Amino acid sequence: MMTIEQFGRRLRARELTAVRVTEECLRRIEADNSRLNAFILVMADEAVRQAREADKDLAAGHDRGPLHGVPISIKDLFDIRGVPTTAASRVREGHVAERDAPSMAHLRQAGAVFLGKTNLHEFAFGTTNEDSAFGPARNPHDPTRSPGGSSGGSAASVAAGMALATIGSDTGGSIRIPAAACGIVGLKPSLGEVSTDGVVPLSRTMDHVGPLTQTVSDACLVYHALLGDARSPLPAPMPLHGLRLAVLRKYFCDRLDDEVRARFDEALARLRGAGVLIDEVEIGHAADIAPVYLHIVLSDAAAFHAATLDTMPERYTPAVRARLEMGRTVLAEDYVRALKGREVLRREVDAALGQHDALALPALPIPAPPLGATSVQVGGSSEPVRNAMLRLTQLFDVTGHPAISVPAGRTSTGLPCSVQLVGCRMQTDALLKVALACEAQIAGPPAPRSGTLGG
Amino acid sequence: MNIDAWLQAAIADAERRGLPELKPILETLARATAALRAADFNEHASGGRHAAVGSPQTSVGGRTS
Repeated sequence: MMTIEQFGRRLRARELTAVRVTEECLRRIEADNSRLNAFILVMADEAVRQAREADKDLAAGHDRGPLHGVPISIKDLFDIRGVPTTAASRVREGHVAERDAPSMAHLRQAGAVFLGKTNLHEFAFGTTNEDSAFGPARNPHDPTRSPGGSSGGSAASVAAGMALATIGSDTGGSIRIPAAACGIVGLKPSLGEVSTDGVVPLSRTMDHVGPLTQTVSDACLVYHALLGDARSPLPAPMPLHGLRLAVLRKYFCDRLDDEVRARFDEALARLRGAGVLIDEVEIGHAADIAPVYLHIVLSDAAAFHAATLDTMPERYTPAVRARLEMGRTVLAEDYVRALKGREVLRREVDAALGQHDALALPALPIPAPPLGATSVQVGGSSEPVRNAMLRLTQLFDVTGHPAISVPAGRTSTGLPCSVQLVGCRMQTDALLKVALACEAQIAGPPAPRSGTLGG
Repeated sequence: MNIDAWLQAAIADAERRGLPELKPILETLARATAALRAADFNEHASGGRHAAVGSPQTSVGGRTS
């Protein structure tokens, strides 16, 4: 599947039309969705109508910018006027959105074509996409495995060529984890940059909205469109020579799958060879990250779900219901302790970035886990799947720093690996310049083709 | 409320509400809460704390190599 940049060039050269590419995406959805379960709702008629309008506008000289006519999928957590927002839960039965979420309105304004709503872990409260009222989404690289979560259907839709890009949300890693598991780019902007209004919340204080795309350039384009600034030009990559990266090795790299570690170290070696200056930093309170995250996310989620947990508990999937009920037991004094820890961690990440352009670490310590697995072997010991998948991403939801997951080769069985880059707060564009510069070195030589559907 | 008392109350409440399956995850949460309470950034009404944040004893995002 072509990138957004390639699509834009060919659209404006009259080599293709938005209708033709939209119909190609719909054909792939038709062919593969029964196997991957990436989409909850396919908006075929509406998508073709939007694409036709985009073609007509362009012919009339009305060019809306880089997202003009681009077919994208949307995590079913975002309100799109006139269609249900299910959050992959029976709790939402009967809901129909009255208006677009502001982020969706910005995409519509930018000329994007909405293909449909994608599957997710129920209420975005999980990392595997297994607990969904619509059944699990599957990984295009190996359908017996999870696509990651919670934006799993979104990531699968792009990795399988069903959409040119997708929109997800990230509260503990829900953009970067599935991007890493499916071998695409996932950007979590800085906290508060992209509106979360009209998005079903998991944690009002940690939710982020961002794109999952095939390339870093495409992530830049969609990110700016989400901000309502679709015509913003692509930033120039930072020069690689002299770029300063700091690796978070202690705690973060203590337990990694052997092949994930190998791909990470190879990426660092290529970057070093290209003139990037790499040293190491530590986060002093790294051991407190998980308790701080857990107490905040559980409390925030429990507050949102308390009424429906009492009135319609049977409509939740059992695992998500149990997690939400657990949140109702957190004491206020412990929530306040977690908020204190959040400030400490925020200062520590700020300090770690001090003399560096970005931090570097893997996004996911393991390749995509098999569906149904409750624990995984990592670094010689067993760890619950959820803990392992959140371990490298949740810190930056707690602190609000922008972070991006970039593909970094494959394991010997063809499963994607990734490198995560983290930038300074409210400097997402600066992080994107670093990621643009590093993307090719992180990716390394092209892997032999695997069994990716439509990839 | 100390963690043992909290855990017992939470498990009893879960059982009363017909949710005995919450017990293992409440035990997991109790371990996380114990870790949170033991963190050196917590303040104490006595005027002290385990270790002052940003003090020389605390390793804060420093370069190590």
